[in-house]
Amino acid sequence: MNVETLYGLGAAALVGIGLYGLIVLAHPLRKIIAFNVMGSGVFVLFGALAKRGAAAGLHADPVPQALLITAIVVAFAASALAVALIVRLIESTDSASLASDPPDGSRD
Amino acid sequence: MSTPGGLLLALAVLLPFVGMLLGLVAGGRHVRRIAFATMLVGLGIAVGIAWAWLQAGELAYLLGDWSPPLGIALRADGPAVAMLLAVAGVVCGIGLYARADFDTPAGSSESRAAFSYWLLLLAVWGSLNLVFVSGDLFTLYVALELLTFAGVPLVCLAGSGETLRAALRYLLFALCGSVLYLLGVVLLYGGYGTVDMRLLAEAVQAEPIARTALALMTVGLLAKTALFPLHIWLPPAHGGAPAAASAVLSALVIKGSWFLVLRLWCDVMPGVAGASAAQLLGGLGAAAIVVGSVVALRQQRLKLLVAYSTVAQIGYLFLMFPMALTGTGVHDGAVAAGVLQAISHATAKAGMFMAAGLVYAALGHDRIDDLAGAARALPIALLAFLIGGVALMGVLPSGAYLAKKLLLDAADGSGQWAWTWVLQGGAVFTAGYVVLVGVRVLRRPAQPLAELKPISLLSQWAALGLSLASLGLALTAVVGPLPASLISNPLSPKELGNTLAVLAIGTLLAWGLARRPLFSITSGSLRGTTQALARGFEQGDHFIRRWPSAMVAMLGIAATFGWLLARA
Repeated sequence: MNVETLYGLGAAALVGIGLYGLIVLAHPLRKIIAFNVMGSGVFVLFGALAKRGAAAGLHADPVPQALLITAIVVAFAASALAVALIVRLIESTDSASLASDPPDGSRD
Repeated sequence: MSTPGGLLLALAVLLPFVGMLLGLVAGGRHVRRIAFATMLVGLGIAVGIAWAWLQAGELAYLLGDWSPPLGIALRADGPAVAMLLAVAGVVCGIGLYARADFDTPAGSSESRAAFSYWLLLLAVWGSLNLVFVSGDLFTLYVALELLTFAGVPLVCLAGSGETLRAALRYLLFALCGSVLYLLGVVLLYGGYGTVDMRLLAEAVQAEPIARTALALMTVGLLAKTALFPLHIWLPPAHGGAPAAASAVLSALVIKGSWFLVLRLWCDVMPGVAGASAAQLLGGLGAAAIVVGSVVALRQQRLKLLVAYSTVAQIGYLFLMFPMALTGTGVHDGAVAAGVLQAISHATAKAGMFMAAGLVYAALGHDRIDDLAGAARALPIALLAFLIGGVALMGVLPSGAYLAKKLLLDAADGSGQWAWTWVLQGGAVFTAGYVVLVGVRVLRRPAQPLAELKPISLLSQWAALGLSLASLGLALTAVVGPLPASLISNPLSPKELGNTLAVLAIGTLLAWGLARRPLFSITSGSLRGTTQALARGFEQGDHFIRRWPSAMVAMLGIAATFGWLLARA
């Protein structure tokens, strides 16, 4: 097994763990962490693909690295916005629950 | 190579963001002025793009004169130009409406909501323009994220706990969709070494990596568009935001990710997509129409009714896919119909949300059961609401009518009779909630309405203007690029009979499914059965909108797409 495949499998595992967390974890902060784990999996995969695409004497294809840094900034901004919303939510309701109202209007 | 007029594409993206940054620095009362100046110039740019497109066909602009795959290209074809122009028009209409709501009077310190609203409106506009003209899938990822980041704060402008919760749900679910989309982009880059859409369209083969990427990207975009059963976030977000913000979210923001599905399926990977997966996309659309409309009839508040009507209308946007992709290339008429449907929904739904907001502002509530007499008190606002609804029903000469006609032709052409029924039947559900609201507001009130708060006349006319634009959209066929023969006489017996039949069946639906009986006629077992059915729909909708079920549905749809794509 070469190093790219190893990184690819690691990426798949991270995406799987993140996805599992997104489905089963209820607290929004945990969801954000799960989202970041899943995102990291995608970034690792991109890095592995860059390594595999090495050509013209370079160690790795430079385009994925340029794209990756943008994607990381976007994911960071998303996490920051989400955390800011959680802080405001806790300030105004004393709870971070995402549960919605049932159709008849009473809370569950 | 850049074409003449190509620079306009870059300006269309830049201008709203420049306006936003200027507003951020200037602050206070200047924000609104800067926003209006930006709208005026932006509308001019959109018209300029349309003009250049009519003269010379497709526009392209290479940033820094670098060609793809290394550089980034902006391109605008027919659908992109149409969307650019429509969005510019709707943004200006919404801006006129919001002028009174988000005002910072002289002498007062700036209010957070007014300040944020104008900046976010410009940010949504710039992001959407970027979605329409982007030539590569990674720039589109960034554009979609910008769109989400601009849309989420619009949900919680009021700052109450309920709206913050809705905004957070929206953001988290949209982020799940983004990661899936990004994973697809990464896989495509790994397989073909480019993210440029033109180069990909030439290189892509119907092989596992392209199928996996398409399935992941599609489901990620569906989560952002809120197509049933992934509409977990839409009703609380669109129902809870201020009306001027709901109009932006419902009319514009969801169109961004929808447009990208259209691009992927019809431009980048029509050979990979295949007919059977397109049938699933259309099937989800049909389910959205039924569930969204029935649950809309059960709502007690006007804004939530409009929000659920958006769930249903998103379904209509996806009905074009089975007709566009039949396994033998892409049907252009069906694509035109999809774009037309998106534009008519953008204009009509903006008008309807504005009208609902005006009703709330004037009466202090928007409980549908207590709206008796509202039509007399607020004639322009409710006319805007009802005209918007009628336009969405697909009555001549609305854009929805023309879209339906184009899709019916395409369905006939490819022998897909089943979809003819869905297309004809869809209007009935829309008629249901239009009739419901119409009957409620036209009823004579038991006691005269309590004192009304004054509402801005400009806001009322802006709402009416957008609804009328949707109703008259088919007239573009006479002057625009579509054949005029598509329009028949609206008063011919066939059209009139069709409209009356749709209204009659819609009335029956409203009678059977609405929470409170439509008329005072009491009837026994039949209404009991339909009520039980409607409650079942409501509970099903509530179950689907729980977080774990929505996530599992997302995975299930991705897997089903993968399976259907591999089978084709």
